Amino acid sequence: MSLLELQGASFAYRRGGPVVHDVSLSLGAGESIGLVGESGAGKSTILSLLLGLSAPTSGEVLFDGIPLARRDRTLMRRFRSSVQTVFQDPYSSLDPRQRIDRIVAEPLRSLGIATGDDALERVAEAVASVGLERDALRRFPHEFSGGQRQRIAIARAIVCRPKVLLADEPVSGLDVTTRIQVIDVLRRLRDETGLALLMVSHDFTSVAALCERTVVLKDGRVVEEGATGSILSSPTTDYARSLVAAIPRLP
Amino acid sequence: MSLLEVAGLSVRTRDGALLVHDLSFSVDAGERVGLIGESGSGKSVTSLAVTGLLDAGLDARGSVLLDGHQIVGAPDRMLRPLRGPCASIVFQEPLTALDPLMRVGRQIAEPITRHRGLRGRDLTRAVAEALDAVALPGERIARSYPHELSGGQRQRVAIAIALAAHPRLLIADEPTTALDVTVQNEILDLLDHLVAERDMALLFISHDLAVVSRMAQRVTVLEKGVAVESGSVGDVIAAPAHAYTQRLVASARLLDDALDSAPSSSNSPGGGDDA
Repeated sequence: MSLLELQGASFAYRRGGPVVHDVSLSLGAGESIGLVGESGAGKSTILSLLLGLSAPTSGEVLFDGIPLARRDRTLMRRFRSSVQTVFQDPYSSLDPRQRIDRIVAEPLRSLGIATGDDALERVAEAVASVGLERDALRRFPHEFSGGQRQRIAIARAIVCRPKVLLADEPVSGLDVTTRIQVIDVLRRLRDETGLALLMVSHDFTSVAALCERTVVLKDGRVVEEGATGSILSSPTTDYARSLVAAIPRLP
Repeated sequence: MSLLEVAGLSVRTRDGALLVHDLSFSVDAGERVGLIGESGSGKSVTSLAVTGLLDAGLDARGSVLLDGHQIVGAPDRMLRPLRGPCASIVFQEPLTALDPLMRVGRQIAEPITRHRGLRGRDLTRAVAEALDAVALPGERIARSYPHELSGGQRQRVAIAIALAAHPRLLIADEPTTALDVTVQNEILDLLDHLVAERDMALLFISHDLAVVSRMAQRVTVLEKGVAVESGSVGDVIAAPAHAYTQRLVASARLLDDALDSAPSSSNSPGGGDDA
């Protein structure tokens, strides 16, 4: 069953045409979808619809099969703890003045999920599951490398045990060696805890390494979707073909 | 003699941190050399050091000979005539290299006037040719401001400016990192074509092994400011000798392989739409 779903969702600014047009996609437990497209394809807008940060001008966002109503506080509370996100830039998404334990615990505080020893235990568990040492907890963000900071951001996202993780270019700013490690962390979370993953990326290579399914976007529309391997080996649209052909390959 | 001869180059910050340590490499006329490194490897500092553009707070030692002229320690008035005819740089983010308040045509005209002394109708024609060489529609682009252009168009403009004085060496520092993959492909094609057509030498700096292998014949691999390995691109990628390069190549290979082994429709729920 689908945890998070877009049904014919469109989004337009008050003046001007739609930036996202009739997009449908569905994410179930343990699934992983790569949302691939170039700048202006509508990736960020779709992400903001899925996060409930903006409402579609037509169509629906369904959470656990229920239309997302931003005024329904009980529903939104459950939604916030179930759908979490990781951003591209681990440098700007972590408060430099807070220690890691406080940063990671933030969703527990703001959603009122856990306090005291219970919170401490959950934070330690989240930090361990992204492969960071326990002594990381008392340190500050600047003491970590880009890859480690992205792990910290992932720990913060999973501390409230969400069902869905939406990741916006989570490895784009990372060196190739670190990129693989962060992809491994995400893959392990998906396979071991059934976390549903949606990764937005302009980089087909990272999507290929993580996501079973791929949705190719262009100008706010889905131009192709299917198993990642099928799209890479036999893209059916001209646009997907040109995207695949443009991927730089090793000799 | 090489067009660019870097020997024992070291760059330090004011508080003593070593950004580049005892680096040596050379680029011959018409040759394509790659510098590969991850963040913090010192590759961008190197590109600035070889053109004498280092920040005042950074101290360079050693030797950088550009067409026989010593760059390290040279005063700016000695360097200015070399920048352009001898070597030009294209940076990762074209917006930092372009003046936001000046029409693109004028920005291209400036180095053409300075280095080739053209004016009036000849200058207008040279600007049109420069835009044509980077496959941009001349008149419209010349009248535009940088913010009116796409990222790829801006990078083409930056390339046109870099080529205006007909440099013998083009330094490209992560020129496609900020671009979409199809645009990256076009820009790499363009650079490839221009470098061949004008018989320029190319120093191509990137973190991306696949991109470097497409653009360069020889590479130097940098780790934390130290050159750990040099050789032909094919050899370095096929049989990396240094542990760092091995790690780098293995990671890049893993991601590259994922492109061939990503799951097909059979085992994905709701898939099964084989053509």
